[in-house]
Amino acid sequence: MSEQAISQSNATTPMVEMRGVNKWYGDFHVLRDINLSVKRGERIVICGPSGSGKSTMIRCINHLEEHQQGEIEVAGLALTQDVKRIEEIRRHVGMVFQHFNLFPHLTVLENCCLAQMWVQKKPRREAERMAMQYLERVKIAEQARKYPGQLSGGQQQRVAIARSLCMHPEVMLFDEPTSALDPEMIKEVLDVMVELAEEGMTMLCVTHEMGFAKTVADRVIFMDQGQIIEENAPEPFFNNPQSERTQLFLSQILGH
Amino acid sequence: MIHNRTVIEARPAPTHTIGPVAWLRANLFSGPINTILSLAAIYLLVSLLVPTIQWAFIDADWVGTSRDDCSREGACWVFINARIGQFIYGLYPRHEIWRVNVTFGLFAVLIAWLAIPRLPLKRWVAVATLVVFPFVAFALLYGGRFGLPVVETHRWGGLMLTLVLAVVGMVAALPIGTLLALGRRSKMPIVKSFSVIFIEFWRGVPLITVLFMASVMLPLFLPTGMNVDRLVRALIGITLFQSAYMAEVIRGGLQAIPRGQEEAAAALGMGYWKRMGLIVLPQALKMMIPGIVNTFISLFKDTTLVMIIGLFDLLGIVQAALSDSRWLGFSVEGYAFAALVFWIFCFSMSRYSQYLERKLHTGHKR
Ligand SMILES: Nc1ncnc2c1ncn2[C@@H]1O[C@H](COP(=O)(O)OP(=O)(O)O)[C@@H](O)[C@H]1O
Ligand SMILES: [Mg+2]
Repeated sequence: MSEQAISQSNATTPMVEMRGVNKWYGDFHVLRDINLSVKRGERIVICGPSGSGKSTMIRCINHLEEHQQGEIEVAGLALTQDVKRIEEIRRHVGMVFQHFNLFPHLTVLENCCLAQMWVQKKPRREAERMAMQYLERVKIAEQARKYPGQLSGGQQQRVAIARSLCMHPEVMLFDEPTSALDPEMIKEVLDVMVELAEEGMTMLCVTHEMGFAKTVADRVIFMDQGQIIEENAPEPFFNNPQSERTQLFLSQILGH
Repeated sequence: MIHNRTVIEARPAPTHTIGPVAWLRANLFSGPINTILSLAAIYLLVSLLVPTIQWAFIDADWVGTSRDDCSREGACWVFINARIGQFIYGLYPRHEIWRVNVTFGLFAVLIAWLAIPRLPLKRWVAVATLVVFPFVAFALLYGGRFGLPVVETHRWGGLMLTLVLAVVGMVAALPIGTLLALGRRSKMPIVKSFSVIFIEFWRGVPLITVLFMASVMLPLFLPTGMNVDRLVRALIGITLFQSAYMAEVIRGGLQAIPRGQEEAAAALGMGYWKRMGLIVLPQALKMMIPGIVNTFISLFKDTTLVMIIGLFDLLGIVQAALSDSRWLGFSVEGYAFAALVFWIFCFSMSRYSQYLERKLHTGHKR
């Protein structure tokens, strides 16, 4: 109830807001003056050459990386150094990694229950019910008792998505969720992501799956050398890219 | 050609590629140098083993009560027999010995439970072993509770004392070592430097110095009139020393866990202690078991050094018995017995660690 009330009152505040964000690794300037505002329910695809800072940018949102300059707000909460605040923000943000990062010593079901039980303090029964519900939705409920090592890459990534959804995040971050997968498994993961997008989840996806971008994205962002070079709706982005670097990148990625 | 195949009857394997003769030929006598080396090794083995067996078994005296019962050429195990109670229990009062037996019987059951793969409730047994058992053991061995008479620690000795020193050192060093290992990886400068200094200090000092300092220096720092039991002082010294080694083993295990594991846990909203306790340490512990057992083995042997602060562990009490005027001249038997007991414990630990290593190697789930 109260959660609904909060999300309604926040309906107009952006889900994620980055203002003048800069980050350095030593002398290396990875993020240069990033400004990005993501509305509730918005689906954003981020692309760009390798090493352009895409991962770093979305990892700043849940403070897996620390930015040095500028402000980040998630669901109206300012990201500070405070551990309590960081953990609060992480409760609003789900993340899916390129290499799945499932916990290999736990079964699929336990992977999905652990944070529910230890972070949200749910009883095991309730956590397991929730977990099965989401495993059902990613069509992998029959593997619940197996260990991650016994599943294929595509199955593991779907479990990772379910694990994240169990925490009821308001925004999902995807960092190249299909680039570690064999080609025949990419579709099963993308299908789940499309479904999630259709249900209205706020999503930031780093991906080079341009088909996915065209069908679900509200906005496509192109990054190069730590900067946001161009952003636009998919149709104009693909058909009429403005900057030379975007054109070059698109010709490389769509060319072959 | 293809149609012209003839079927060949199955034949027994040629005798020279299988069986003991072939094995000998392949492994021991495959060339002139190999043959010479093998013969020399066999000669050495035989010339050492035969007299040893002759001395220890064939010519040995087994039963009796005094040295007069040892009339034969070989070993006089009568000496060990006569003193076995002291070697195992030190000066622990005879009619209270059951308390020692119950304590170590209980400990053996707990350890066996943890070591045998099929038994259930491992987590609870582990908690019982690490948290509950130490208090039970103390109440039983020291007494003063539940109507048990107090047995002062200066009466503890022999194998029992060796086990107390080793087990307390091992069990106490695990949590302290874990904290130190985490501290050394911490981003907080004070925690990190404290851990580094602590670990490097204790790793750089020989245990014998630690024990000496604990018994001679520590009382100088304590307020006058305050007296810490000698055994407790030794235990503190051993624990701190062992913790430093444990910390380095654990740190090695922690480093083997990919960073993505902690990141995934963090992204799910788990705080530092939950990330460590639920995700990183359980995975790291599996890999660390062989290393941990190795430090256990070294510690087990190192406990003999408590002799220099006047505690009589197994080796100490055997040595003391050697200077008994009624049993002069049986030092070989005494040391052989002490060596055998130490060897049995260390070898069992070593075998268990090898078994675990094999098991983790094949059954490891990625
Ligand atoms: N921990 C780090 N230390 C130093 N440099 C890093 C670190 N992580 C990433 N980088 C550098 O930052 C740049 C951006 O990395 P990343 O955000 O992973 O790029 P992308 O995801 O777009 O491929 C790369 O050049 C990478 O080498
Ligand atoms: Mg990346």
